[in-house]
Amino acid sequence: MSVDQKTVRNIARLARIAISDDEAAALEGELSAILDWVEQLNEVETDGIEPMTSVVHAAMKKRADEVTDGGYPDRIVQNAPKRDDHFFVVPKVIE
Amino acid sequence: MSALNRLSIAQARAGLKARDFSARELVEAHLAAIERAAALNAFVTGTPERALDAAAISDKRLAGGDVRPLEGIPLGVKDLFATEGVLTSAGSHILDGFTPPYESTVSANLWADGAVMLGKLNCDEFAMGSSNESSYYGPVINPWRRSGDETPLVPGGSSGGSATAVAAQLCSGATATDTGGSIRQPAAFTGTVGLKPTYGRCSRWGIVAFASSLDQAGPITRTVRDAAIMLRSMASVDDKDTTSIDMPVPDYEKALGGTIKGLKVGIPKEYRVDGMGDEIERLWDDGIAWLRAAGAEIIDVSLPYTKYALPAYYIVAPAEASSNLARYDGVRYGLRVEDDDITAMYERTRAAGFGAEVKRRVLIGTYVLSAGYYDAYYIKAQRVRTLIKRDFDQAFEKVDCLLTPATPGPAFGIGERVGDPLAMYLNDIFTVTVNMAGLPGISVPAGLSGEGTPLGLQIIGQPFDEETVLKVGAVMEDAAGFDAEPDRWWE
Repeated sequence: MSVDQKTVRNIARLARIAISDDEAAALEGELSAILDWVEQLNEVETDGIEPMTSVVHAAMKKRADEVTDGGYPDRIVQNAPKRDDHFFVVPKVIE
Repeated sequence: MSALNRLSIAQARAGLKARDFSARELVEAHLAAIERAAALNAFVTGTPERALDAAAISDKRLAGGDVRPLEGIPLGVKDLFATEGVLTSAGSHILDGFTPPYESTVSANLWADGAVMLGKLNCDEFAMGSSNESSYYGPVINPWRRSGDETPLVPGGSSGGSATAVAAQLCSGATATDTGGSIRQPAAFTGTVGLKPTYGRCSRWGIVAFASSLDQAGPITRTVRDAAIMLRSMASVDDKDTTSIDMPVPDYEKALGGTIKGLKVGIPKEYRVDGMGDEIERLWDDGIAWLRAAGAEIIDVSLPYTKYALPAYYIVAPAEASSNLARYDGVRYGLRVEDDDITAMYERTRAAGFGAEVKRRVLIGTYVLSAGYYDAYYIKAQRVRTLIKRDFDQAFEKVDCLLTPATPGPAFGIGERVGDPLAMYLNDIFTVTVNMAGLPGISVPAGLSGEGTPLGLQIIGQPFDEETVLKVGAVMEDAAGFDAEPDRWWE
């Protein structure tokens, strides 16, 4: 399965990665080569085979639905590139 | 005392207990070795003051007789493990300046057992790579060189800093992680021991996530015994990781030294692949002969879906990575490239922050998970994964463990394969099946290539049977008698 540059741009938009024209051209070939290569999986008959969800069969752990952690907003925001008091600051999103 | 950094963990532990030297002297020997080894680029961040402080505490405890299992042992930590108050980069520009306010469970376990952190070790960006060339902090250089040749070689990846630091005796052991071979392949390239435990044995909490259903932490060390010592401290049952399995952690050292007489070792015929070097084949035959001489029964087995493991991996791992890496958005931590529009801010931040290989994998992952392709790619790959696991289940009805090569060849030169992602991916052909099935595997140095560089053999075990893996690994280590060391050209 090959992808064209339009598809590459569309995927990059979905992935929220800006790409230049040069990058789009290079990625067209690279992504197509990888997708062509994984096509060989179509040789495998998988009808009736369950998709794997977990390599180790174990019951999902549960815990009581109660607060066990928190109460330190300073630590939560300390690494933010832009912050105001205990808030993360982002560009305006609501007009 | 400069030779103290040559000691294995087991030797250092005995020497510290006997008070032959102090934890401070042991740490200082390593700090001096690190200072002389800048050319290897193994460390992203050194923490010498913290190491000396921890050594002082260890010396007090050693004097008082209150000795923890790893008291005073100096370790390196792959820069994928969050370390409280110490830069954690994952080898990426996008985590610029990120100093976690928390500690990963695995590293916390090591410090609680008395180990000393020397610093954070370079790795491929977000652990995506097989040569440590994708790190934002530059490639790590393998301490080994080809005979009579100064070409810099890759140490393998993604745990290239861990493997190089251990091989060059800059630390007694190191933490590493393995998603498709990232512990075992660099171990094979550097003449060290690399152990990937069963999925769920070590907590993933606080480890920068790459592919959550495949990622697993483990040690890189110079001996099999040291791997057993480190794993006992790294492994735990952790409520903070729902995939951490509720099973007691055994004393892995007790598994060493016993006989393997009558043990059934499987040889999977599908691992004899085209393009595998003659010397790898000879090494594998040597391994078979060593285990047979030690009394093991050698049995041919078939793992028919082996060839599909790598392509299935390159759907599953990028898919999970594209989801995991969505969190790097310039808002909560790391790099931010400003823009008035929030979507443009995300796009510009991620364009500047991610390297080429990470972008490739995020894009592949986004594509295979996108509407209309999810079933054809992701679900298909997960069905193939079930068949790969079934192969192993059937083999383990007949054998106790498997013996395979660790890599299809020895370390290659820096830059030799960067232009060809597919050729790079093929490095993991013998290791990736183990991740797809969640099994434990160890790479043990077994000989030298014709170029004079190390080669490794791999033992694959049944789920949570790290003890057999270690036991057989130790027998192979003894038989191989691998005692070669790289020339210390970097000093």
